[in-house]
Amino acid sequence: MLRIENLHASIGDNQILRGVDLELKAGEVHAIMGPNGSGKSTLAQVLAGSEAYDVTGQVRYEGRDLFALSPEARAAAGVFLAFQHPMEIPGVGNLYFLRTALNSVRKERGLHELSAMDFLALCREKMKLVEMDQSFMGRSVNEGFSGGEKKRNEILQMAILEPKLAILDETDSGLDIDALRVVANGVNALRSPDRAMLVITHHQRLLDYVVPDRVHVMAEGRIVSSGDKELAVALEEHGYAGVGAEVQASRRSAVGVAP
Amino acid sequence: MTTVTDGAVRATVDADRALSRFSPRLDGDFPGWFTDFRQAGFDWAMEHGFPTRKDEDWKYTRLEAIGEVPFVPAAPGIDHRLLSTTIDERVGDLGGPRLVFVNGHFASECSRRAALPNGTTVTSLASALAVGGEQLRWLSRRTPRPYRHAFSALNAAVAEDGALIRVPAGTIIDEPIELAFFSHTGGIPLVSSPRSVILAGPDSAVTIVETHAGTHGDLYWSNGVVEVVLDEGACVEHYTVQDEAETAFHLALMDVRQAQGSRFRSHSVALGSSIARHEVHVSLEGEGSEVDLEGLYLPRGDQQHDNPILIEHMAPGCTSRQLYKGIVDGGAHGVFNGHIIVRPGAFGTDASQTNKNLLLSDHAEVDTRPRLEIFADDVQCTHGAAVGRLDEDALFYLRSRGIPEQEARGVLTYAFAREMVTRSPSAVVRARMEHLIADRLTTGANEPVMDSRLTSEIRSVKGGRSK
Repeated sequence: MLRIENLHASIGDNQILRGVDLELKAGEVHAIMGPNGSGKSTLAQVLAGSEAYDVTGQVRYEGRDLFALSPEARAAAGVFLAFQHPMEIPGVGNLYFLRTALNSVRKERGLHELSAMDFLALCREKMKLVEMDQSFMGRSVNEGFSGGEKKRNEILQMAILEPKLAILDETDSGLDIDALRVVANGVNALRSPDRAMLVITHHQRLLDYVVPDRVHVMAEGRIVSSGDKELAVALEEHGYAGVGAEVQASRRSAVGVAP
Repeated sequence: MTTVTDGAVRATVDADRALSRFSPRLDGDFPGWFTDFRQAGFDWAMEHGFPTRKDEDWKYTRLEAIGEVPFVPAAPGIDHRLLSTTIDERVGDLGGPRLVFVNGHFASECSRRAALPNGTTVTSLASALAVGGEQLRWLSRRTPRPYRHAFSALNAAVAEDGALIRVPAGTIIDEPIELAFFSHTGGIPLVSSPRSVILAGPDSAVTIVETHAGTHGDLYWSNGVVEVVLDEGACVEHYTVQDEAETAFHLALMDVRQAQGSRFRSHSVALGSSIARHEVHVSLEGEGSEVDLEGLYLPRGDQQHDNPILIEHMAPGCTSRQLYKGIVDGGAHGVFNGHIIVRPGAFGTDASQTNKNLLLSDHAEVDTRPRLEIFADDVQCTHGAAVGRLDEDALFYLRSRGIPEQEARGVLTYAFAREMVTRSPSAVVRARMEHLIADRLTTGANEPVMDSRLTSEIRSVKGGRSK
């Protein structure tokens, strides 16, 4: 489904990704772990189509050149990024935003657009999944939402847009255990043989709920180690250096492994 | 060889010639005091001349463009080829009491009378003068203010008509009263000079909706003045939609005086005109009076929208609030010139002023000039101004959800403007304003940004981009 080859990304003189290679098949869930500044979020942003980076290398998504697609075309093709820091957009109603997004994507996918009433019914159903209160619909997108509410809103969007490739960028950070469970349930509900997921996290604890097929460790803009879910457990116990990641000592302090 | 002096002299001669076209018409059916009032306006204009860009308050206004056109004052009488449906399409119709003016003159056939509480006057100035002109002498006494500039003096010089609204003490009128000013020239560059007076008696309440529009492509100059006088405890809710033809000039002055404990709120949306100046002058004369001004200006192409606002705090404990937002596209120019004066003795003043602008193109231009002059103690004044562009991160967020770039820009732009509309208390006016704004901001997009069915669901949303 997704094949990343020798991906480099930079902003100005700052080289952030230095040759990422990764393959993700339909039905698989891969986790990416790594210290702060290792390039995890940049990878996620680049895959979603952020124009902030200069990018080289190749990314094939379902056989297509991903970089030839605009962010909106990627969304229509089934790519979804749950943002680490979801944007607050005052003045744009959440419900309106969700419906506009879904109908834009449906239009591109050759499906009929949903009426306001049909959309509302769909939205209510999906909101149960993330245990989100109706009142969120009447508010502006993420405005005044707590950290946990923003993350639930991301998962709600994912549930509504039904992507084929979901990239979750630290969706678990800042969540208490209940919110983590809710978010994990939302993610698991979407797991299916024809979907793939890339889960970026600092913590092994999310991976207790969302069990990955593969775990990759990123450092200095590369994937330095890959393994099965036991790798995440080893990371928890020994830190990034302990699993053979070529991480400089200065980076070690930034490791965000859960206590 | 032309010298600079020759040029200056010629300019003065041209200005005199231009001014002489505004000498008051004497064949009208007006009482003596009104003729004197007009003559005084004309004399004032002759003496002071047109303002120039050297005048601080006129620094940004492209006055030369107005001076180049041989405008003539519009005479009464309606071009019968102009259909009332055309007017309805351009200015809308809220279905309630409505006075329509064509080129500044009352058009009774397009207007609508409605049952209003006893003692309420909603009529045209010309018809009131024709019926009982001498009894209206108080009008000239109620307005002893010196002219702000030659344009408001010229309005007086050729004034013949406008709205006259008088709400008696303690009377509350729920239904908005609509004033529609439509211009249609038939090919002659006309100046319309409506002069309206709104008098809200003690503890009365009224809502006024002013719309200015004209036939697309017509070259005209709308030079209107509205005086609003609020007696003690009166409450006036005022709306203005400036949707003139984009070939037109629009110089408007709203002059407001407030007595003790009165409350004036104004919401304006400006879309039209080549050059528009939406001037507001509020005097808080009575203790504890409150004014709240909100304005949204949306110039595009090579339009210029200028907003000179002057608020004078003259009595203790008054509150003033200004929120102006501009969305400037193409090579357009937006100006906010907000001036607050706190006079000696106006202690306990609470004044705030905010101007936010969104530039949609590299060629768009904004000048924002907040000015505070404080001559009293125990005063709280805040002001802030901002000029920015659409947030690229927010744009990426929307696009990453599948919303096409152009539509995403429209959504964010509308969100910036929306705050101004959601605050309007009148649902019918709010709906009209939302429609006009959405229409403007999504020109070229496939569907309107707002779905009316969803609007009600998300009406509780507050906000607006804080950039």
